[in-house]
Amino acid sequence: MKTIKRIGLIVFLIGLGIFTSLPFIGTYSLTSSDFTKWVEEKGIKSELFIKDIEQEVVGKDFSGMHNLTPIIATALDEANSTHRKNKEYKKVIYTKAHDISADLGKQAGSGFIPENKGLMWFMTFGLGIIGALMYILPNVVLLGKKGIKNDGIYHANSTNRGWIAWLVFFYLIAFYLLLYFRPQFAVNWTYLVDPTSEALSGNPAGHWFVYGFMYCTVMTVMGVRMYIKYRHNRYQMIRTTSVLFFQIVFAFLIPEIMVRLQMPYYDFKNAFPLDYDFFFQWNLRSLINSGGIGIFILVWGTLLTLVIVPVMVYFFGKRWYCSWVCGCGGLAETLGDPYRQHSSKTLLSWRVERWLIHGVLVFAVGMTLMTLYSFFSETGTVLGIKTSSVQNTYSLLIGSIFAGVIGTGFYPIFGNRVWCRFGCPLAAYLGFVQRFKSRFRITTNGGQCISCGNCSTYCEQGIDVRAYAQKGENIIRSSCVGCGICSAVCPRGVLKLENGPEKGRINPTQVLLGNDVDLMELVNDK
Amino acid sequence: METVVIIGNGIAGVTAARHIRKLSDKRIIIISAESEFFFSRTALMYVYMGHMKFEHTQPYENWFWEKNRIELVQGYVNEVDHANKQLILDDRGPIRYDKLIIATGSRPNRFGWPGQDLKGVQGLYSKQELEQLEIDAPDKESCPRAVIVGGGLIGIELAEMLRSRDIPVTFLVRESSFWNGVLPEGESQMINEHIRDHHIDLRLSTNLVEILSDEEGRAKAVVTDKGDTISCNLVGLTAGVTPNIAFLKNSGIELGKGVKVNRYLETNIEDIYAIGDCAEQNEAIGNRRPVEAVWYTGRMMGETVAHTICGQRRKYNPGHWFNSAKFLDIEYQTYGWVFSDRNRKANEKHFHWRHQKELVCITIAYHSSNRKFLGINTFGIRMRHEIFDRWLTENRSVDYVMEYLKDANFDPEFYDQYEGEIVNSYNKEMGTSIKPKKKSWKRIFKSA
Repeated sequence: MKTIKRIGLIVFLIGLGIFTSLPFIGTYSLTSSDFTKWVEEKGIKSELFIKDIEQEVVGKDFSGMHNLTPIIATALDEANSTHRKNKEYKKVIYTKAHDISADLGKQAGSGFIPENKGLMWFMTFGLGIIGALMYILPNVVLLGKKGIKNDGIYHANSTNRGWIAWLVFFYLIAFYLLLYFRPQFAVNWTYLVDPTSEALSGNPAGHWFVYGFMYCTVMTVMGVRMYIKYRHNRYQMIRTTSVLFFQIVFAFLIPEIMVRLQMPYYDFKNAFPLDYDFFFQWNLRSLINSGGIGIFILVWGTLLTLVIVPVMVYFFGKRWYCSWVCGCGGLAETLGDPYRQHSSKTLLSWRVERWLIHGVLVFAVGMTLMTLYSFFSETGTVLGIKTSSVQNTYSLLIGSIFAGVIGTGFYPIFGNRVWCRFGCPLAAYLGFVQRFKSRFRITTNGGQCISCGNCSTYCEQGIDVRAYAQKGENIIRSSCVGCGICSAVCPRGVLKLENGPEKGRINPTQVLLGNDVDLMELVNDK
Repeated sequence: METVVIIGNGIAGVTAARHIRKLSDKRIIIISAESEFFFSRTALMYVYMGHMKFEHTQPYENWFWEKNRIELVQGYVNEVDHANKQLILDDRGPIRYDKLIIATGSRPNRFGWPGQDLKGVQGLYSKQELEQLEIDAPDKESCPRAVIVGGGLIGIELAEMLRSRDIPVTFLVRESSFWNGVLPEGESQMINEHIRDHHIDLRLSTNLVEILSDEEGRAKAVVTDKGDTISCNLVGLTAGVTPNIAFLKNSGIELGKGVKVNRYLETNIEDIYAIGDCAEQNEAIGNRRPVEAVWYTGRMMGETVAHTICGQRRKYNPGHWFNSAKFLDIEYQTYGWVFSDRNRKANEKHFHWRHQKELVCITIAYHSSNRKFLGINTFGIRMRHEIFDRWLTENRSVDYVMEYLKDANFDPEFYDQYEGEIVNSYNKEMGTSIKPKKKSWKRIFKSA
């Protein structure tokens, strides 16, 4: 069994190694006809840029995007500055050099990788999946008897912030930075999933499709790990199935199929304000222009945020979304599960959390109000502030850096719900409802707590669960996502997730069962 | 300002300090030789097993003590000089007190076995013992076999810890079945099976005779009364604990097994109190033992003594007995009294149910003539403390408990529920026709 695990790890690393090398290799040769077609499609009017590319790029072979990109970027810069100098603003190309490179790169890719998409898929994704499963599946036997085994988590380098964890940390951050800010290097990856993308939406894959496909793959493989680790805990089994279902079907398949059916790309479970650009002009316009389905999405999205979300939170707590439906939560619960113990439980981090997450919520709502005002009044500025620059700031700081780079990259060091805990505006909104108007609570079982601290250690949201449990106090916290792990790891059966009657769910008294005191006497004493 | 000095920073002492601070402005000093900050002793096993780091066992952050003006002194108290109201410490000047709380807890029993003080022989109670274990049994290469002596809760925890690092374990238990001085036969049997399922070499009805030493004074083997010699590198002595009160021998404080206290937790000497594991009730309370080495009684005594010291003199009045433990993978809870076959009174009858496949069972004790519900043991099912506490106070009958058993279930959502099966089996055995009532939030939370 241990040998299978070892071989699995090697196979996985080979797959990962090949995958990682792809951004730096490959040949790119742009044909004249492809380029002309692209110029037409994009409506490029800069003859300077076209001439430059025809001279410098078309018909030549480049190995690796790092050789091609600078030429395109220089051509773009020179063309744009000349046009600006000559006040030929219509000819200026506003698309960023990275995106143009990615676009042209996709056209230009030639040689082994784009010609052997299936094989390359197998050498990367395929080996990764097989290797990971070989590593994970033996646990069915190795984990032994019934029960959650957290044995050795703090002895293993990978789960105790050792060098492996730091390596994963840097790898993930590099991956996200590349994905968000240097998409041209992802071109080779897009070839791997072109067949899948074409089957689904009819279009070749872009780098976001790569990411979506990878997201589903990682969640599924790590979901298998969840199933094995928590195989005797039915709550965890059902919850994992649910997040996998919503990720694969709602976040991945349905939007792609909608594109094939000439409908707008839309994730029906993604609620505002997590889906922060839902009310952006371009989205509203595109929805309004797509006829019946567009209007349906508009109404659904608004209803989801204003009615469905709070009503569901009232009945089930915010866990129905954060732990059962949400994609960010889904990745955190599967890929992030080995790192859940790293969420800081200090009072300081709780203070930071409250300022930060509510700050993001205010930012998101403020931005949306500005956007809507701009949309209806058809102005670009509100009180002298440009709406588009606020939107861009939010997209960059929150949408890309916080939700992506930090949100996932920080898993191995700061725990798996960094984004959900410190940044997600939807979590903040759901949290308000959960805290003030919900039937959900974690019930603590009388005096049975022995303050061992397993619950607090394994709380991914950094809640000091023990602080409540040892007082026999129900846990009503806006940050709790109801993952249920505290209840699962408690050795004394103290914690239970419950949707009970709202009355009496907050029990701040510290009278524990055990000490029989005369309550009247106690009250008179005080 | 009055100075309250607490010896011992375990759950009892720390709870007392916290509540004194809540109720008053007194100067509070906690003295401990074991560790700088309070930690949860019950969690030590998880540190060795790698579930947690030591700092996770500390319920309060390190700034907590200064913020709450609780002074921490690391040192060993050698002597209590009550005539001058001061404590004599090992390595510093005397500490004066106005009120003294003794909360020194317990230490592992050593029954005078030959070789019990050799290297590699230890209990599992203190932080130091955990650190020693990490030195003596870091892995199966350095420790090819461990022998554990004593069949109690700490023994099985130690076995689980060592097994988590694949160290082979032989477990010597004096009784004919694991923990059968406390558990009824069926339950004890189930745990025997479970222990063996975990590849622990469980030897029942076996006593330790002596521990053999190698040339360097390390334990190398144990000899049992069955004539076996088992070679091992580690001997865990886990045959219960005893109050840690040796330093009080000539203090004039009345001692029995522990520090003798009345119901107000006062010792025979004014302004000196004792709480937690080291306190011994002059008279036992109900069915409870005079010395109760249980986490939550330490907590309750701490709270009680705080009230007394802060001018609201209060009796220590524990309610219905309850407790819980975990035997490897099986959770155990108990509410009320279920006595073992050995200690059972004539009028205590048991209803026992065990699942056919899963390691799940319950035992309900009731009074044979009036069918009053006396207590319940559950294995593999979690039950709601409040509900059983209420039923015990209301003197419910065993039939009532059966009828409303679903209200008491505390298992996580989507878990298999066994109440139907349990009641069926009960009906069959008792000739009753009880239909279990559906769970009702209204009943469950009626006291809220």
